[in-house]
Amino acid sequence: MSVSVETRVFRAPPWLKRHETVLAIILIIALVGLGLMNDRFLTLDNLLDQGRFITETGLIALPMTFIIITGGIDLSVGAIVGLCAIILGHSWKTFGFPLPLAIAFALFVGALAGFVNGFVITRVKVPPLIMTIATLALYRGLAEGVSQAHSVRGYPEWFYFLGQGSVFGVPAQLLLLIVLIVIAGVVLDRTTFGRTLYAIGANETAARFSALPVDRVKLIVYTLSGLASGLAAWVLVSRVTTTRMDMGTGYELDVIAAVVLGGASIFGGSGTIWGTVIGLAMIQLLKNGLALTGVKGDATIVVIGVALILSVLVASSLERRQD
Amino acid sequence: MTAAAITTAASARGAAFRRLIGQEALLAVAIIVLAIVVGFINPRFLATRNLSDILLGNAYIAIAAVGMSMVIISGNIDISVGALIGVLATVSGSLAVAGVPVIVAWLAALVIGVAVMAAQGAVIAYLRIPSIVVTLGMLSILKGGLISVTGGRWITDLPQNFHLADLSVFGAPMPVIIMVLATVLAALWMRHSPRGRAIYATGGNPEAARLCGVNPRRTVLMVFALHGFFAGLASLVYATQLRVIQSNTPQGLELTIITAAVVGGVSILGGVGTVVGSTLAAILIAEITSALVFINVSPYWTDALRGALILATVIADILRRQRRAAQGWKR
Repeated sequence: MSVSVETRVFRAPPWLKRHETVLAIILIIALVGLGLMNDRFLTLDNLLDQGRFITETGLIALPMTFIIITGGIDLSVGAIVGLCAIILGHSWKTFGFPLPLAIAFALFVGALAGFVNGFVITRVKVPPLIMTIATLALYRGLAEGVSQAHSVRGYPEWFYFLGQGSVFGVPAQLLLLIVLIVIAGVVLDRTTFGRTLYAIGANETAARFSALPVDRVKLIVYTLSGLASGLAAWVLVSRVTTTRMDMGTGYELDVIAAVVLGGASIFGGSGTIWGTVIGLAMIQLLKNGLALTGVKGDATIVVIGVALILSVLVASSLERRQD
Repeated sequence: MTAAAITTAASARGAAFRRLIGQEALLAVAIIVLAIVVGFINPRFLATRNLSDILLGNAYIAIAAVGMSMVIISGNIDISVGALIGVLATVSGSLAVAGVPVIVAWLAALVIGVAVMAAQGAVIAYLRIPSIVVTLGMLSILKGGLISVTGGRWITDLPQNFHLADLSVFGAPMPVIIMVLATVLAALWMRHSPRGRAIYATGGNPEAARLCGVNPRRTVLMVFALHGFFAGLASLVYATQLRVIQSNTPQGLELTIITAAVVGGVSILGGVGTVVGSTLAAILIAEITSALVFINVSPYWTDALRGALILATVIADILRRQRRAAQGWKR
């Protein structure tokens, strides 16, 4: 009873109760805390550097937000990154494509891989979880088969700009990510397409009866997911200067954790780009902060796993209380 | 049980039986035909040594697929099992090296396997978090935890009596005995016991199951605990075959196990399937992998083939269901 008395005395403004606001506050506290623990952490150089590492998963997290809002999931993104990296490297080195054409071809293959996911999910009605587990195996297998475990290196100098260059001191790929974040945010919030995603996630049958193009919209978001994974592969290869068949392994964990941490419901119907961006920042800062305080890389994925489960637990218990 | 529940269970059993005879017979025929075709191209494939290698080296996948089949039939999924098998292998290996009696080292794998999976099952069943989120999180916890605890060191100097898989009874090697026993007992239990039937009921329609007196939540918890037991058993067969236990399992192990369950006729929509099918499918997948080597296809194509196989089976399963549903409406 005492709880209800307190809420009558102090009623928090609605914006303060939003998941994103809470997350942003936690993020700021974490930033300050990690900054106090390590004086290398809260420097502009370090934070901009983290922008480089965030881009690959960030690019994929944008369409993943769309997909999770519709109530779907895409586990094949990491495998598509691997496949596109291999296609990029081998179509250039082995098949002798000019490099710009090889990049375009890799992006096309990424979009095609996503399209195949979306096509089977919408036409054959295979559940997204199962479809993308199957294509996770298939696309990673294709990357292994095409590459035969050979890596590709020795790209021309200009190719490294996207992954290593800077524009006015800001990492090039971070600018790309920021532009796409703004576009994705506007599309989700201000267009019919974006609102359709929420309608599908909230009640797919109702969306169909409202004459919304449910299948077409789903097909588009899965294709976008594949395309973004191809883009991530390009940025990744350019950053690390080499192409290997195991690239992107485990990306699905980082991406899904970021989206779910950012407040998107895994059951569909809710989620925002801004939340996802904060989720991404939290995961990267967690990784970086832990690394700077001496925790090894493998232990940080333990923390991400815990964060993923806890954030879903907290979100679902909050939802239940509201009901 | 009410009369309605009994009728439903009986008709479901009949339908499942008719359907699965098909899938299981198909798999058995595929195993034999593949052996004959590849043997024709390269007779060395049919050497006793090679065939027993295929069976012994992959028995643990079939054992783990028994538990995975139950999980999928109950309408869930688990992608943490590959990492769990790695953790359990390392735990029981370390215990054995530390001088603990081997029986205790073996039991530890089973007990920890059940504990980890039951914990996940409890979160999935009672807190209603989707199994994909829980097991994806657990996958990274187990994988990252294992590497950071062991530091990637290998476990060597295992005591001689640790190697359970090297034993044989009446000439039958232990991995095959465990695989056959696990499959047959699980298949009989799932077909004939009320708790076994409850798994199908829960996966087919949790709400209907609840109305028939089945507790879907407790069933899911039970399924995950059993899955943990089979994962423990699989890790034992896997670890005790090795002379050196590394801190990583074969890449994509969980995918191979899921593939075995799905190709074996377990419907990914839940409610249908048997573990006899999943065991036959595990053998078929192992046979295909080995056959590729004998017909000079690069082993790097194995994973792509596995992916194509799971995709084709899933699509065929869904199309078949849709056709049946359409026929039902016409009648």
